[in-house]
Amino acid sequence: MDEAKLAETTLPDDAPVDLEAELKSSNVQEVLDKLDRELIGLKPVKTRIREIAALLLVDRLRKKFALSSETPTLHMCFTGNPGTGKTTVASRMAEILHRLGYVREGHLVTVTRDDLVGQYIGHTAPKTKEVIKKAMGGVLFIDEAYYLYKPENERDYGAESIEILLQVMENNRDDLVVILAGYKDRMDKFFNSNPGMRSRIAHHVDFPDYSPDELLAIAKLMLAQQNYRFSAEGEKAFAEYIPLRMKMDHFANARSIRNALDRSRLRQANRLFATKGRKLSRNDLITIEAEDIMVSRVFEEQDKK
Amino acid sequence: MMTNPGNRLTQGQFSFLPDLTDEQISAQIKYALKNGWAVSVEYTDDPHPRNTYWEMFGMPMFDLKDPGGILMEINNCRKTFPNHYIRVTAFNSTRGVESPTMSYLVNRPKKEPGFGVSRQEGEGRSIRYTVHSYATDKPEGERY
Repeated sequence: MDEAKLAETTLPDDAPVDLEAELKSSNVQEVLDKLDRELIGLKPVKTRIREIAALLLVDRLRKKFALSSETPTLHMCFTGNPGTGKTTVASRMAEILHRLGYVREGHLVTVTRDDLVGQYIGHTAPKTKEVIKKAMGGVLFIDEAYYLYKPENERDYGAESIEILLQVMENNRDDLVVILAGYKDRMDKFFNSNPGMRSRIAHHVDFPDYSPDELLAIAKLMLAQQNYRFSAEGEKAFAEYIPLRMKMDHFANARSIRNALDRSRLRQANRLFATKGRKLSRNDLITIEAEDIMVSRVFEEQDKK
Repeated sequence: MMTNPGNRLTQGQFSFLPDLTDEQISAQIKYALKNGWAVSVEYTDDPHPRNTYWEMFGMPMFDLKDPGGILMEINNCRKTFPNHYIRVTAFNSTRGVESPTMSYLVNRPKKEPGFGVSRQEGEGRSIRYTVHSYATDKPEGERY
């Protein structure tokens, strides 16, 4: 932009600007509300997203006064136990950043170690670069990022991939946002052995485990999305089920809940099948009863103890 | 009379215009991506008009959403071959088309010596004409 044009678009120092209007024009509020509605719990995550949205909005206003500041680094690291919604939030993040005009396209490219690291010498760099090129203009989501670095094998090609990533994260900051995700303890180890990575990631967001109440709310939301619902007793039974399931091994938060719901749908279908000869109503088809949940293995094991 | 001041190579799209800026290049790439064409970067130091097959700089890039990645590749190529011709090609893979649909230069050598016409006397008093790039008198890699 040449100087005369720049002067024309720059507002005088005392001109008022409307944050409210800017918020409205970006449609961000809509996405944030959707986030609030569809994601239960996750307080620290939502706060951080709000902060980022606020920063980007204020940055846009600052631009109107030609107050340039460097593009903020938005590379993120999501840590948390399995099933706490890291991937879901990442895909929302892409949408939010797109609405705020931070990324141009707003698509999400999800990769794991396999997609980045090659199998022989000289294979890794082109492979990583290809993924990066695909993700440009959007968000690159690296799931289980700690697998990239394997300290026990010094000839592992993961380090090469990390090096290229670091370079791109620094030089192409306006082109893409990198989000790493993984379990907390392993990610900590990963960052300790790659200090360069830690310092290039501005936002470390920890996803807390869900409380039983939150899990119940999630279950209801999941059912509603598939056009099912609990009967009153069904809901009570599921509320009993959740704390029992949480105590068992391999509990993966919302993912376990989804699996439990899938199984109860199976049982519901089976139960409906068994009631031959009776005409079924729409209500029968959408309702999950207590008995669909009570036959779960979780309750059996409880009885054994 | 100079017909082509500066001996600028005129091949592909936009070659009679001043060199495209990176912004304009991105806009053109965006158009190609919007149409689902695969974009690739090629270079050569033998710009004869019949030299159709230039060297590929990396693989053609499929499934991209944003010109950023291709621009990065163009800049890499410019860094490696600052004094070569570099062009961007968009390939349309639609069945029945399967050919490049866009092609334009994104880098030229600083000094372009251009082409000379050479004449060959044939039978009778007929003359055969051909063009010859002055740059190709030198061996590959030393031309510009």
